[in-house]
Amino acid sequence: MPEVRLLSTSGILGYGFPEESLKAGLARNPHMVGCDGGSSDPGPYYLGAGKPFASPMAIRRDLKLMLKGAIANGIPMVVGTCGGAGGAPHLELVAEMVRDIAAEEGLHFRMALIHAEQDKSLIKRRIAEGRTRPLGRMKPLDEATVDRADRIVGMMGPEPYMRALDEGAQVVLGGRSSDPAPFAAVAMRAQLPPAPSWYAGKMLECGATPSIPKGHDCLMVTVRADGVECEPTNPIRRCTPLSVANHSLHENASPIHHFEPGGMLDTSDCRFDALSDRAVRVSGMRWEKSDSYSVKLEAVEKIGYRAISICGTRDPLLISTLAPFLQSVKDNVRSKAQDFGVMPEEYTLTIRSYGHDGVMAEREPVQNIAGHELGFLIDVVAQDPDRAAAVLAMARTNMLHTDFPGRLCREGNMAFPFSPSDIPMGPVFRFSMSHVVLPDDACEMFPITYETI
Amino acid sequence: MALIRDIAAVCKSKNAGPFDLTIDVVFDSDEMFERVRATGVLCPALFARLYNVTETDILFTPYPAGRAFKATLPRLVPAGDIGDTDVYGAQQHAPLLDIDIPV
Repeated sequence: MPEVRLLSTSGILGYGFPEESLKAGLARNPHMVGCDGGSSDPGPYYLGAGKPFASPMAIRRDLKLMLKGAIANGIPMVVGTCGGAGGAPHLELVAEMVRDIAAEEGLHFRMALIHAEQDKSLIKRRIAEGRTRPLGRMKPLDEATVDRADRIVGMMGPEPYMRALDEGAQVVLGGRSSDPAPFAAVAMRAQLPPAPSWYAGKMLECGATPSIPKGHDCLMVTVRADGVECEPTNPIRRCTPLSVANHSLHENASPIHHFEPGGMLDTSDCRFDALSDRAVRVSGMRWEKSDSYSVKLEAVEKIGYRAISICGTRDPLLISTLAPFLQSVKDNVRSKAQDFGVMPEEYTLTIRSYGHDGVMAEREPVQNIAGHELGFLIDVVAQDPDRAAAVLAMARTNMLHTDFPGRLCREGNMAFPFSPSDIPMGPVFRFSMSHVVLPDDACEMFPITYETI
Repeated sequence: MALIRDIAAVCKSKNAGPFDLTIDVVFDSDEMFERVRATGVLCPALFARLYNVTETDILFTPYPAGRAFKATLPRLVPAGDIGDTDVYGAQQHAPLLDIDIPV
């Protein structure tokens, strides 16, 4: 029976993996080596700012080992969601690293870059044609939301990767992609059915995460028409039926229904059988093709600039009157900011109380404060950096000096660990889209450029 | 008394995309999973109460193959938006730990 062996190096390009694990994987003659390069999990900033959330030094280290291994073994190297968020600057960052490593190591190959950043006019055209749909609790997409976006990416499926490989690229770098897509593409291109191909991608997108003990490491998945086999390449890890089954829980709304461009992977009837004490066979997955192909959009819009300060109190009298104290700080800031010309609607002041509800905020069920000290994060977001800094400075001063009933610590309420105490944080973004576009075909939103290295 | 903190193998939370939070409780054995399921304590109403959302906003899935229960619900605010306290959603599981399951 035909099979395809897929090797994933880690959960995210730049999270690292043992070099020995890659060697052990390559020794099994995989048909590709790949890695997911991104996630929306670190939040909206990275897509907005055009920066990676893993460090360029760490990305380069992983990339160099993968590239050398792929070229030496004559197999494709495929990276999805390059640079963390898969926009144009993210893709270019990784492409430039590949060119640089290739020059340094004397490597030669054909490279494809698959672009995922979306033109606003095209999205507006699709809105006008009625070919966008909201996901979850989102409202229908409108032109104003498109106009406000600082960057929009489409999440590609396997098809653009298949095309790039068909057209002779050995190194394929993708912009924003559905995480399993780069892996599923290689299996589907070998004529394997979508169900096991997508399932394999689901396992591989997180590297060795489906194994125990968990860690950033390599995973080998063998895809056949009737199922997949998962095995970590590092002998200290093993896949068990439970560790593999539970990977379906990871970052998904449902463990059994996985929505992807072009259809839904249904794992309700999956069987998980141990092949050894460290390899697991999964069968019984189904693929339900959807009526129309859909591409998910991710976008961010800038909502202002942030400045923060960190401080703590050790005063039990203050802790016993925390809520009214914080309210008087906010009232003072409101009045004094107005005095220097910043109106209340021009900023948001949030004071997080660590030791009370700093982690869960309004969802915190525990209301009494048991600790002897509290930490505070003073957070101001305003329309420009100067206003943010000015309001923060006023909030910091008022945290230090605002009076409260029963106060004995009359020189200051807070311990500030740093000078300067105020930290400018730069622009703040928010995720603004979770919608799909219905394109004419799976590749049209993802142009491919080729270069010979 | 059988608190989740004492009888579960895993109790965790994480983002499921920027707008949703997903919470998983996993048990060590098929037998324990079935005993917990039989009590009916883990259900949409429980998550609605603990996280102050309406039951209709909760996607609840028992997952026997993983000996797990999964609940997905709206985040308090989208990941990284003003007022968010937990960008990855990784520390929102604690209210479940003290739920008593009469197994």
